[in-house]
Amino acid sequence: MNFGLAVWALTRREFQRFWGERARVAGFVASPLLFWVVVGSGFGDLEFFFPGALTMTVMFSAMFSMMSLIEDRREGFLLSVLVSPAPRSAIVLGKVCGAAALAWLQGLIVLAGVFFTSLRHDPVALAGTAGALLLTALLLTVVSYVVAWRLSSTQAFHAVINLLLVPAWMLSGAIFSPVLSFAWVRWLMQANPLYYAQSLVRSFLVADAPDGGLAAGVLVGCTALAAVVAIRGTK
Amino acid sequence: MVSVEAITVNYGERRALDAVSLVAGAGEWHGILGPNGGGKSTLFRVLATLLRPDSGKFTIAGETEPARIRQKLGVVFQSQSLDRKLTIAQNIEAQGNLYGLSGSLLADRTKKLLWQFHLNDREHEPVHQLSGGLARRVEIAKALLHEPAVLLLDEPTTGLDPTARREWLDLLTDLRREREVTVLMTTHLLDEAERCERLTLLHEGRVVTGGSPAELKAQVGGDVVEFGTNDPERVAAQYPQLNPRMGSSWVRFETPSGARFAAQAADALPGAIETITIQKPTLEDVFFRNTGARL
Repeated sequence: MNFGLAVWALTRREFQRFWGERARVAGFVASPLLFWVVVGSGFGDLEFFFPGALTMTVMFSAMFSMMSLIEDRREGFLLSVLVSPAPRSAIVLGKVCGAAALAWLQGLIVLAGVFFTSLRHDPVALAGTAGALLLTALLLTVVSYVVAWRLSSTQAFHAVINLLLVPAWMLSGAIFSPVLSFAWVRWLMQANPLYYAQSLVRSFLVADAPDGGLAAGVLVGCTALAAVVAIRGTK
Repeated sequence: MVSVEAITVNYGERRALDAVSLVAGAGEWHGILGPNGGGKSTLFRVLATLLRPDSGKFTIAGETEPARIRQKLGVVFQSQSLDRKLTIAQNIEAQGNLYGLSGSLLADRTKKLLWQFHLNDREHEPVHQLSGGLARRVEIAKALLHEPAVLLLDEPTTGLDPTARREWLDLLTDLRREREVTVLMTTHLLDEAERCERLTLLHEGRVVTGGSPAELKAQVGGDVVEFGTNDPERVAAQYPQLNPRMGSSWVRFETPSGARFAAQAADALPGAIETITIQKPTLEDVFFRNTGARL
């Protein structure tokens, strides 16, 4: 009961902060719409790049949302949460759920652009992709939490998280297929959790893509592992 | 209500707290007085369950486990701990939820506290629009929401102007009249310390002395006479039996009768004394007598 209430308090707060900043709301909605314009213009190999654009949107949104953890610490709010009786796991979950939900919603706005493409857009494909994006958002926010917890400035967070996530995204199969790569690149890709996020999204959107069962399992496993690290680190 | 036994904290090589012990009874307003860097904030962090001491133990409202202590403790930090982007009401609601309060119970308590702290007509304003004094009032309202047995305050009037400071202290005084709450407060300010029922003086991580402000001042007794001088050593050497203390341009004596002693000294040391100050001992004199340092 108290656990759920504490999670809800922190999740709700992420949304309250979000709504309170008009510029943030405007950017949140406008950037996917801008992307639609590009998609709608029929430019390039869209069917290949669209799933990558989905994971990229979720990735940047998750990263930026979790930057607030550093502000929470600097502004003192985090201290008042840490002296409260809320369990540490509830603090992590509340923060992660809020940031992940925002990242996921932005991903969904981009996903609506799928109707401009020749990718699958039947209800099963849409629901499956939405689920895949939610898993991706959770993984990326938990990883961002782990990084943000250890850093004291947003600049340092930016530097570290870009160093980790941007290469991971590039090696996720979003911009080139593993089939076309050298063996060692392929190996790197297969060790990269975002590769499985990308595979899972593709499994729903691309007609002849392989089944996403393994990818879903890897994503869930990685997220759980990162969550354990996050909770243990929260002192 | 709060009992601290031989708490020691080291930061690497440096010992921040050295076997600190103190007791604050139920309903007591207890001050921890000391200069900045004396260990007050470290002690606050330990009692707020944010820092585990290297040795020693403490109980708050009968609890020793951090998770249980947190339920009974209300904490006000030296710096702001509100979410500046949220309104007063949103901040209070989040706080209530974190302490397991919701529904009509939370609504009732919120209403009562906002009214008590004269915040009821501003509850939908974002915190960043509030003055420092008002934001401090929200902080204490927030800390009282779950009706803690002990209120822990870290230099609570930092950053407030004199009027807001006085108002805040009056608020705390009123509050203690209304409910049975033990207040433990760190401070380096004399007027704040004067308001406490009991004090623990902390210097360089050690407890120097403790007692009520009146008891502590009685330790010094009589008057305190301070001479401003260009030759402190000569002035001090004149009355070694009074255990003078001196700085670069002053010498300080404790004596039963300040006026007589000052006149005598001015005659005995022609040209050496530039200014004379006679006053009743303050907590600063108590601190000074015990440590040789100033607050």
